[in-house]
Amino acid sequence: MYVAVKGGEAAIDNAHRLLADRRRGDRSVPALTLDQITEQLAIGVDRVMSEGSLYDRRLAALAMKQARGDLIEAIFLVRAYRTTLPRFGHSEPVDTGAMLIERRVSACYKDLPGGQLLGPTFDYTHRLLDEDLEGDPQVETGLQRGGIQEPVMRVADILDQEGLIEDDGAIDPALEPGDINQTPTEFPMSRAMRLQSLSRGDEGFLLALGYSTQRGYARSHPFVGEIRIGEVDVDVFMPELGFAVPVGRIQVTECQMVNQFKGSAKAPPQFTRGYGLVFGQSERKAMAMSLCDRALRAEELGEDLVAPPQDQEFVLSHCDNVQATGFVEHLKLPHYVDFQAELGLVRTMRAEYEQCTGEAVLETREAAE
Amino acid sequence: MNIAVDQAARRDRMAVLARCSTERLNSLWAKLGLQPAHTPLRGPEAGLVMLRGRIGGTGEPFNVGEATVTRASVTLEDGSVGHAMALGRDHAKVRLSAVIDALCRNAEMAARIDAELIQPMRQELEVADETRRQQTAATRVDFFTMVRGED
Repeated sequence: MYVAVKGGEAAIDNAHRLLADRRRGDRSVPALTLDQITEQLAIGVDRVMSEGSLYDRRLAALAMKQARGDLIEAIFLVRAYRTTLPRFGHSEPVDTGAMLIERRVSACYKDLPGGQLLGPTFDYTHRLLDEDLEGDPQVETGLQRGGIQEPVMRVADILDQEGLIEDDGAIDPALEPGDINQTPTEFPMSRAMRLQSLSRGDEGFLLALGYSTQRGYARSHPFVGEIRIGEVDVDVFMPELGFAVPVGRIQVTECQMVNQFKGSAKAPPQFTRGYGLVFGQSERKAMAMSLCDRALRAEELGEDLVAPPQDQEFVLSHCDNVQATGFVEHLKLPHYVDFQAELGLVRTMRAEYEQCTGEAVLETREAAE
Repeated sequence: MNIAVDQAARRDRMAVLARCSTERLNSLWAKLGLQPAHTPLRGPEAGLVMLRGRIGGTGEPFNVGEATVTRASVTLEDGSVGHAMALGRDHAKVRLSAVIDALCRNAEMAARIDAELIQPMRQELEVADETRRQQTAATRVDFFTMVRGED
């Protein structure tokens, strides 16, 4: 027999009303505007864009406001919104070499063409809370330095001249990259689809896995070949015009991680690379992504599979925080019937157990007598 | 007109229209004093494009994630068709961009629009880029070597 139980409608309505009330908080405090969020919580907004897998700062800011600052909830909202829009097509691949650079550093070369450009970084700050920010102090604009600027060369191209670093390989123009939104998950997954998955993966999860590769779970000796942050042009092919049309610019963070490689039967000793490309200013995420990308290439490079970061199924099935939170959080929803069934089972097992131990005690006593 | 030159000019115009701010576009458009009658062919409508990168920066393409875009196509009374597409969800801006694209099918009108609307906006965008470049340049590390010891 199955008895459907209904109820809770009024409680749910009232809970949502209370949520809206608490979200707004003290009415004597001015409400946040989306401009304030996009301008002043920009890196949080970028995280919501990249893990929500939707480049739209204003929507990400709206999601953050609605989610009361719960970033995973905001990412969930953005992912849900995405499904309401039609897909018009895809862009031409963005050219990160032609980026309008806002930051570019390399840990491999001190004096590389284009130089070390620190940009707006938290690095070298003392991590001391600035009590002035309790108010709204006057802040100076960034200094400018004129003069002719060198082109900012890719680090991979520098090493490539000596043949000591793997190149990106030949491009098969007929090959379409798979799309994890439109194909059921199957392992092994192509590197293109792995990168898509990692680019929207949870920053914390990828950070922890990347960290584990440095600590010895999957041998890797990484150097930051280059990190660059800046804006790239987006072109979309319009069939009605017959050519690709510029539709604007996006900000991205790119990380080239360079790893030692002892060589294999097929390849000489050289440096290999892990790659990270993430929406917005998301340096930590791009670095973690490139570490994970490199670890996931273990099989391709003939390395022993010994640690979780090298395991495609482990990494890619668990890096999506919307999936993860959905499955973990569903546990709090009513499981009354399931639990009743298990309760009955445990009662039966307990009764059998007690009967057995009872008999065993009796037997022992009898044996002693 | 040479097809390649015309296409390049159209592309450049579209690049400026896609990136300009709506307020700036509206104010320059108002100064032009044009009010061409037009009918929508499609949109403006918002949708998604999948943004692609390349593995390792220059290798095989891969899908990074989507972006919101808005597209519109219009026809003018003389039959000229204009198209526009821009990141974001600003319907009014994209509709106006499509009208401007349609007007620019006429060479004389294109010259006027380029001079009075596109060129000033392009210049402002270039100035903004240059400011960014120079702000970044100010954070460039100038290494110096400390000489120690006797040699």
